[in-house]
Amino acid sequence: MGDPFGAIGQWLLDLLTGWGLAPALAAVLLKFLGAAVLGTAVLVLTFFLIWVERKVLARLQDRLGPNRVGPWGIFQTLADALKLVVKEIITPRGVDVVVFYLAPLMAVMSVVSLWAVVPLAPRLIGSDINVGVLYIVGMGAVGTLAIMLAGWSSNNKYALLGAFRSVAQLVSYEVPMVLSLILPTMLAGSMGMVEIVEQQRAVWFVALAPLAALIFFVSSIAEAGKAPFDLLEAESEIVAGYNIEYSGLVFGMFYVAEFLHGFTISALTAVLFLGGWLGPWADQFPLLGFVYFAVKTAVVYFCVIWIRGSLPRFRIDQVNSINWKLITPVALATLAVAAITDKLVPLLGWGRLPLHLAANGLIVVVTLFALRAYARSARRKLDARLDALHRRAQPASSTSGAH
Amino acid sequence: MQDDWVFIAFLLPLGMILPSVAILANRILGPHRPNQAKTETYECGMETVGDTWVQFKVQYYIFALIFVVFAVEAAFLFPWAVAYHRLALYMALEGVLFILILAAGLAYAWRKGALEWV
Repeated sequence: MGDPFGAIGQWLLDLLTGWGLAPALAAVLLKFLGAAVLGTAVLVLTFFLIWVERKVLARLQDRLGPNRVGPWGIFQTLADALKLVVKEIITPRGVDVVVFYLAPLMAVMSVVSLWAVVPLAPRLIGSDINVGVLYIVGMGAVGTLAIMLAGWSSNNKYALLGAFRSVAQLVSYEVPMVLSLILPTMLAGSMGMVEIVEQQRAVWFVALAPLAALIFFVSSIAEAGKAPFDLLEAESEIVAGYNIEYSGLVFGMFYVAEFLHGFTISALTAVLFLGGWLGPWADQFPLLGFVYFAVKTAVVYFCVIWIRGSLPRFRIDQVNSINWKLITPVALATLAVAAITDKLVPLLGWGRLPLHLAANGLIVVVTLFALRAYARSARRKLDARLDALHRRAQPASSTSGAH
Repeated sequence: MQDDWVFIAFLLPLGMILPSVAILANRILGPHRPNQAKTETYECGMETVGDTWVQFKVQYYIFALIFVVFAVEAAFLFPWAVAYHRLALYMALEGVLFILILAAGLAYAWRKGALEWV
């Protein structure tokens, strides 16, 4: 009764078989229809998301944001898209044409394809493959490849350098993302997304593995190229990076891919760590499950925009050192400690939740001590350098102080 | 199970066709007036100097290399994680040992200065 998705699917199947199609062919046709609806819905959603992001960013910066074009400026993104549609697509001289036009298509494809494995509601998922998590990692990497293609084919030194930097950052942050993805796989005993959501009925994975959730969240933000990791395409940096030579909607496609990626990682965080569509009465009313999923995704997306509006941009060397020297070791430690802790639960006789929380707390405390020691040694080195400078600058002060 | 992959087989080309329809609309609706200045390579308004496909810093290569090591490690850890609930404690510890060996590799790279961005 509260299952409109299943009802629609069944009605369409009956309709197609009623027209004389073999049931197998009807099922395949239904899959095609589902893929078309999902792809279109996700791309149309991007219009709304860009507006949301602009409005929330504006409010964080104590201004109004777009409010002229339509009520509350809702049609602003449409106006921008129309503007981009009627711009001229300039193909610079010497570019590799096939690769040049393939890159934005691949970037969008990599993000749209992630939505195939996101469980939107009970029994509503594009495809419940049993390697969902691995699929997410793989398709995310296609986006990285697209950026490299864009930079290389542009026949522009700065696009190439921008693409190198982008790929260095994206490839680096893939490591903690994958390591933190192993944790929900471990806790659920499966890589399939539906199974991961089902296993969170007792307790959400964000409570069992808060550090892994945080690491996944942060490294996903870096993967999506959003602030404070948006060095790759910020206007004041390396002249817009890999998409210097793109114009019109071709550039618009990169823009769409980036915004959609930000929303997709919010959806993935909600599914993997916040229980997806789980909530009171979600099983009887799948529509309510969809609402829960949407609300959780919206909350996480708000946090992503919040972070974007609050933090200054990292430099490229800071980006890399944070990843390899802080986040990856902590991710490795979290994985190792969680693996041991979960096996100790029957042995120690505490609860599963308190033991995991204690283990995560231990890792946090150790990390904070390590950071403090690092900060102190850096401060000592800085002070030593400053003292040496002072001594060289004022040699007379030690002799003139004696009169 | 094939049905699940059929959905993905449809979604991937659709993910490329839908933006290409938009780009086609752009080609149709947008003007086409290329001239000398527009099709030149962009370098903040100046003349470009030298070859485009420059030699890149070796640091990018090193990061990619370390990434490959950890990606392969993660690929090996996924089956271990999926089977985790059926494992005894010592099997879980073997997985942890694997992780620690690779963490030692990361520490070695750190001490050797391979993680500096020069």
